[in-house]
Amino acid sequence: MSLFSRREMKFFSKFRSGFVRLFLGAAYCMPLGSSIAIAQSPTNIFDPAATPARSIFDLSMLVLAVTLAIFLIVSGLLLYALIRFRHRPEDAQHEPPQIYGSNQIELSWTVIPVLIVVMLFLTTARVILGTQAIPKPKDALNVTVIAHQFWWEYRYPKLGIVTANELHIPVSSSADANPTYLNMSSADVDHSFWVPRLAGKTDVIPNRVNTMWIDPKVPGLYLGQCAQYCGMQHAKMLIRVYVQSPADFAAWVNQQKQPARQDFAADPEAAEGQAVFMHSACINCHAIAGTAATGRFGPDLTHMASRDTLCSGAIENTPQNLRQWIDDPNSLKPGSLMPAMHLNNHDLDAVTAYLTQLR
Amino acid sequence: MSTTQVVEGIDGTLTAQKGSPPRNVIYEWLTTVDHKKIGIMYIAYALIFLLVAGVEAMVMRIQLAVPNNHFVSPQVFNQLFTMHGTTMVFFVGMPILFGFGNYLVPLMIGARDMAFPRLNAFSFWVSAFAGLMLYFSYVGASGLYAAGSAPDVGWFAYAPLTAKVFSPGHSTDYWTLAVFLSGIGSIGTALNIVTTIICMRCKGMKMYRMPLLVWLYLVMASLVFVTVSPLTAAQVMLTFDRYLGSHFFDTQAGGSAVLWMHFFWIFGHPEVYVLVLPAFAFVNEIIPVFSRKAIFGYPAMVAASVGIGFISLSVWAHHMFTVGLGAAANTFFVFATMVISVPTGIKIFNWLATIWGGKVIFATPMIFCIGFLFQFLVAGLTGIMLAAAPFDWQLGNSYFVVAHFHYVLVGAILFALFAAFYYWYPKITGRMMSETLGKWHFWIFMIGFHLTFDFMHIPGLLGMPRRIYTYEANRGWGEWNLIVSIGAVVQAIGLLIFVYNMVHSYFRGKVAGHDPWDAWTLEWATSSPPPDYNFAILPTVKSRRPLWDLKHPEDPDSDYE
Repeated sequence: MSLFSRREMKFFSKFRSGFVRLFLGAAYCMPLGSSIAIAQSPTNIFDPAATPARSIFDLSMLVLAVTLAIFLIVSGLLLYALIRFRHRPEDAQHEPPQIYGSNQIELSWTVIPVLIVVMLFLTTARVILGTQAIPKPKDALNVTVIAHQFWWEYRYPKLGIVTANELHIPVSSSADANPTYLNMSSADVDHSFWVPRLAGKTDVIPNRVNTMWIDPKVPGLYLGQCAQYCGMQHAKMLIRVYVQSPADFAAWVNQQKQPARQDFAADPEAAEGQAVFMHSACINCHAIAGTAATGRFGPDLTHMASRDTLCSGAIENTPQNLRQWIDDPNSLKPGSLMPAMHLNNHDLDAVTAYLTQLR
Repeated sequence: MSTTQVVEGIDGTLTAQKGSPPRNVIYEWLTTVDHKKIGIMYIAYALIFLLVAGVEAMVMRIQLAVPNNHFVSPQVFNQLFTMHGTTMVFFVGMPILFGFGNYLVPLMIGARDMAFPRLNAFSFWVSAFAGLMLYFSYVGASGLYAAGSAPDVGWFAYAPLTAKVFSPGHSTDYWTLAVFLSGIGSIGTALNIVTTIICMRCKGMKMYRMPLLVWLYLVMASLVFVTVSPLTAAQVMLTFDRYLGSHFFDTQAGGSAVLWMHFFWIFGHPEVYVLVLPAFAFVNEIIPVFSRKAIFGYPAMVAASVGIGFISLSVWAHHMFTVGLGAAANTFFVFATMVISVPTGIKIFNWLATIWGGKVIFATPMIFCIGFLFQFLVAGLTGIMLAAAPFDWQLGNSYFVVAHFHYVLVGAILFALFAAFYYWYPKITGRMMSETLGKWHFWIFMIGFHLTFDFMHIPGLLGMPRRIYTYEANRGWGEWNLIVSIGAVVQAIGLLIFVYNMVHSYFRGKVAGHDPWDAWTLEWATSSPPPDYNFAILPTVKSRRPLWDLKHPEDPDSDYE
């Protein structure tokens, strides 16, 4: 996997120090103004919270500084030339001296850009290798990500958990590193997994497995969304990543490992809803662990009431929204592949009551 | 020496003969093989599509002006961006640049027509038919499924979204066939341009005496050969997948989605250069004339153009940094992509050096070129940001990319095209465009452009992906999108002034004469508009600037080349 030897990697890392630092210093001042204006966004790429996003951020500051310097120099020269050499009516009689070129000058403005390119290339190569060509730690958490039109399926193979749309992972502090490795593929068309504060995007492509890793440093909710056009509801294929402290994550895992609640003796409406669910087409597409529902086409519903949102993060998970969703998915997300089930009002209420019990 | 004398020096006749029998105008245009008429038809047809695709952009900007908007449905929005992109690339950009090439290349090399006049007409009509067919999909593509009408797969139509199962009905077929036919037309015209340049130059016009515009069209047309062919082949493969059960891109039967990406981007990235090289071509002609100086570093400019042509063939996978090609491939394409900034930089520096020491006249063509220079510089620099692959993992497929390539396509190419319109309109119609309206057009359009495309970078930095029909309110994208949408309205006003200026000047404009800009290349040595045969006597040239030599017999260019 490793493209460059250790010694060569060391060579690249030298570019980190020295003149790169200088540029970095200058660069940090520049986006300050703009970052104040844009800091409220939960998906700001300049507000990194994990190593992959952080190393991109460092590289981007260098690139921004270099390009800003080039812009200032070249546009300054252009402006100066346009003003200094403007046509003046008083000497309209003569054409200016005709100058056809100069090899020395051509050479200088070829060599200097070449040097800048080499510098940028080596720095960039270093970040690419540091993100894509490093070995995977043995104790990393594995999550299989399967993209569907228009939702995300998350499977934790070692833990035996299947969930949808809300990815829970542990925080990875510097003292206790807990990186998460995502193995990603698609069930239908191309998608792309993008949570800007954690890492750059990785395309999720059918008939192909891509990998990426993240190690969020701070607990919290990180937002993102599908970044490759995938059909009608590409816009509402949102991503929510819940980064939890080790204790909270362990508790979540414990709860998700439980089979779905089946005993509704105290709640006759939910019991009726369960019966309706199990006897309708719902079970063709949805799985509820421990029941006859084993469909895989739609999200796993074993613990769906424990999730904050419905339809891939597009709406809040409330009984009213859930009822409307079951009644007519197209009213909330036109183009969604879930068909309207045409249940009567009584059955709708019952199924809603049942599903809200699946904590 | 007066202009008339100059013209007489090169061309014996001054006025077209009078008293020829009246002709049927429509029949004449439908059957013409004259490179100038075909050029004008290319341009007119592209301008109509420019307005159509512009309206599509406006509707999208209204939809995106505020979060959670319901101005258009998701399906309509997806069709809009597909049609906008496809139209702008295949039915505005390519034809308008081919139109200028058709019109100018034979005139500038002192030829009477293109090498293959009838192939020229064929290519135009095939391309025109392709554009009409794309839009016919709105009424004709429902098919048995009644699923969608216009194509809604995006302008790069990634597999397997285009497979029969994800894209039922016929809308994708209309897209495929329209792109296929447009490809046939483009290859025909490219063949024609290359042959014309190689075989039809007038006496004395060695390759190293060709105007830079001609050089750039040579590189551009050669690129069309190499790059439109795989795209056209891919359309055939996709049609086989959809109708004959082949599995090139059918992932459910073991096909490869990534294969389509390679096919598309081996076309798609050189296509950017196919579009931008003619823009360089216009700027190469206009900046020297309005700086009153010869182009600085002609050999370096030629070398840079040819270099860009070759390097552009090795950069396509920078559109695929997020596909998971691996560290080695990513590193290679970072290098190839960054290297292309060197010849591009050489061009900018040579334009700067041409202005340096000149006497810059701020006529409308020149101020559009100045807009081009600054905006192309910015577009190139955001391009370097995107070339740094890890930065692209964040920026790719976001609104930052949308802003970047519109900076190239509008800020650079469209500005250069406007410059070309103001510069060559007198040659094509015989009348000057209004300078006053031209300056209004420039300033209003420039303000609109910067409102739209400067601010469009920011939602990209804040994580807004492209091609979403609406967005959540809590992302902090709303204000920026509103500014972007307002800028689009301002641009539309500027564009309307331009259209009015063209129509008004056609009837009321000042009569131009042969050589209104006191320029140096051969197209100004014949009448405006030129006669059918261009030159009564084919010219003989001794340098890159034949009209300079005639106007300054005491100090001709031929002494220095």
